[in-house]
Amino acid sequence: MTDSAQNTLYDVIIIGAGPSGIAAALELKMWGVNNVVILERETQAGGATRHCGHPPFGIREYKRILTGPVYAKKLAETATKKGIHIAFSHSVTELAPGGHLTVASPSGTKQLAARRVLIATGIRETPRSARLVSGDRALGICNTGTLQSMFYLKKLIPFRNPVVVGSEIVSFSALSTCKKAGIQPVAMLEESDRPTVRSPIHYATRYFNVPLLLNTRISKIIGHDRVEAVQIVNQFGAVKTLTCDGILFTGKFTPESTLARMGHLVLNAATDSPAVDATGRCSDPAYYAAGNVVQHAVDSPEAAPVPLYYNADNLPQPVNVAGQCWADGQRVARSIASDLNGTATRNESA
Amino acid sequence: MDTAKETKSALLASCDIAVIGGGVVGCAVARKMALEGASVVLIEKAADILEGASKGNSAILHTGFDAPVGSVEWKCVQDGYKEYREIHEEFNLPLLKTGALVAAWTEEQEEKFAAIIKKGHDNGVTDIHLISRKEVLAREPNLSETIRAAILVPREYVIDPWSTPLAYLKQALENGGRALFNAEVTGGEFDGEKWLLNTSRGSVQARHVVNCAGLYGDLVNQNVLGDCNFAIKPRKGQFVVFDMAASKLLSSVILPVPTERTKGIVIFPTIFGNVAVGPTAEDQDGRDDASVDTDNLKALRAQAVEKIPGLANIPVTATYAGIRPATEFREYQVSEDPARHWITLGGIRSTGLTSALGLAQHVSAVFKQQDIHFTAPDKPVIPRVPNLAEHRPRDYQTPGYGEIVCHCEMVTEREIKAALQEPAAAGNMNGLKRRTRATMGRCQGFYCSARLAELTKGIFANPLDAGENHDR
Repeated sequence: MTDSAQNTLYDVIIIGAGPSGIAAALELKMWGVNNVVILERETQAGGATRHCGHPPFGIREYKRILTGPVYAKKLAETATKKGIHIAFSHSVTELAPGGHLTVASPSGTKQLAARRVLIATGIRETPRSARLVSGDRALGICNTGTLQSMFYLKKLIPFRNPVVVGSEIVSFSALSTCKKAGIQPVAMLEESDRPTVRSPIHYATRYFNVPLLLNTRISKIIGHDRVEAVQIVNQFGAVKTLTCDGILFTGKFTPESTLARMGHLVLNAATDSPAVDATGRCSDPAYYAAGNVVQHAVDSPEAAPVPLYYNADNLPQPVNVAGQCWADGQRVARSIASDLNGTATRNESA
Repeated sequence: MDTAKETKSALLASCDIAVIGGGVVGCAVARKMALEGASVVLIEKAADILEGASKGNSAILHTGFDAPVGSVEWKCVQDGYKEYREIHEEFNLPLLKTGALVAAWTEEQEEKFAAIIKKGHDNGVTDIHLISRKEVLAREPNLSETIRAAILVPREYVIDPWSTPLAYLKQALENGGRALFNAEVTGGEFDGEKWLLNTSRGSVQARHVVNCAGLYGDLVNQNVLGDCNFAIKPRKGQFVVFDMAASKLLSSVILPVPTERTKGIVIFPTIFGNVAVGPTAEDQDGRDDASVDTDNLKALRAQAVEKIPGLANIPVTATYAGIRPATEFREYQVSEDPARHWITLGGIRSTGLTSALGLAQHVSAVFKQQDIHFTAPDKPVIPRVPNLAEHRPRDYQTPGYGEIVCHCEMVTEREIKAALQEPAAAGNMNGLKRRTRATMGRCQGFYCSARLAELTKGIFANPLDAGENHDR
């Protein structure tokens, strides 16, 4: 972004160049909304898919099965081909009413404004601290996203024999990453009496040769400089110590809704997402939100019937795969286009 | 075997004053004596400063209104407070002018107010006064309405717990001092004129020794002097840090009415833009067991929510524990042994961050009383430390920072690289975190650990990564 852009009033500013942000920009273009910029704090597009080094990504968007990093590259290529402007290394630091943003960039801090702003900042896992887990603060404790970005982006690993906490879909991505990285987990722990992800995926623990311990939680992390062991406790209160050199906390996704929380937008108390209406609009009509940053409360996870197989459309909440975020980005972009232009027509080739 | 012995007995340094311990007190003493012209060596057993009692505290700059009247602690807190106010700007150290409220939630607590105010006034903190419930709520509208009244302590402030000792160390180093890390003092001999201290890395010759070993202060005296008149009784304090969004809910430090044993649980704004609650006061045997536990963390969080109901909707960002070097006595254990050229600064509990500069003044005064003088440099170097305070301009607001590495705390590549440069380079990941705020935020390293592992590869003995592995 050039400094001459400083005082421009954009039609739409999109925060985040992940699947939903890029899909929204492409969709807006088809509806004739061209004065759009995506602000991305990283140096590459793709969001979380950049480090999800496993398939399946891209089924909906590219009719092909891709790994995350390849998908992320394709997203960036598509955006470039269609003339979407992505400003990398641009971190939004503040949202103000009416679509006014404070943005930090290596060339200085700027004030930008848009008629509409789309928040597409994604989601992340809950770290150890927010889970209030007992023990010291040793090295070797991280989330799946960290393991994946260390391994797939930097070829480094945080541990060799961790304990894996959680049994969500992402927990199995974590096992798959471990296998690729030559990491052999000691055990997978699940606090409830059954895995969050059920048949047939939980047979995967056998494939990965990782014992799944149900009704078990970490009662204490042991180790001063690095993790040396964990104390685990089962439903009967029996305590056991497992030797390990790390802990991989998986899942418990939480929307990356910091900008909304720090600013004026109303949050959905049940999900910590920006509160949105059916069109994706936030409490300030200049703001919309799409993709994984918007999570919908699930009344009771037990209420929904458990499917035999999971695919892109029936994955358990919360966390949507890239294809669903892509679709949500398109959907909310259509709301924004109609909000700005009224009755325009969609031009597929734009 | 012989080689190992030789290596360990190798003379690493020879100096006027050896300071044992790289906590805030050791850093302040090293600074003061370097400024007075002594050759100083700071000896620390860990890989960086602030690895003991100084790593986890509430970062309050205390007025000393509630210190034991006429005590060494009171004097050092007052002197330290005054000197910090005089020097902080030239070091680029922050001061968050929060003020504090000693809050009463019960009639019983309110009944103690008169005694607290009298003690404060006796301690020379004459501006503390009672304010009504209405005045409290006007000042802090997010406090629970069950508040009854409070004592306003207008000049009780919040500072940066890590950059402050770092600034002291840097000034010591830039004025001729040295620091030895990973060097644990195991014993020593005094020949009537000078000490030969044995450390795990080699020996250090010093004319005088100042023991600032904090949690190990009694052991150092026992192992080197052969005796110690106090025993460290480690007391752990756990803290819960709320997301920065909580900063909208609180502007003052909320102090409890103290009990005999402890100052109690404080709710306070941090210099980094968060709100934190703590510490607990748990006696334990372990001197390095700074572990947290779920039950206490939940209880702390609940207590904070009870007093500031709006915190119920704010996520927890971090949890930590610090260990105070309490002793069997209520007072600091400050003593000198002129015959053996030894000064002990022991049992420096909760108030050490404030009193450190005062304790350093005390050490300087002791040397002068003993007619020991040094030649001060004409123009002492005054190093500036990077600002980490949220209420002042941050590095990312100045162009040319490279990239943002830690997005939650907005830490730049330029800041990370600077923290890895001498003098006083980070010695481990914790040290890097304390110098930059990297990984301190709400994601706790989710987004930036990979980049940090890359930037610090091969630098630390205990690295973020466990090695390299390639896709198979």
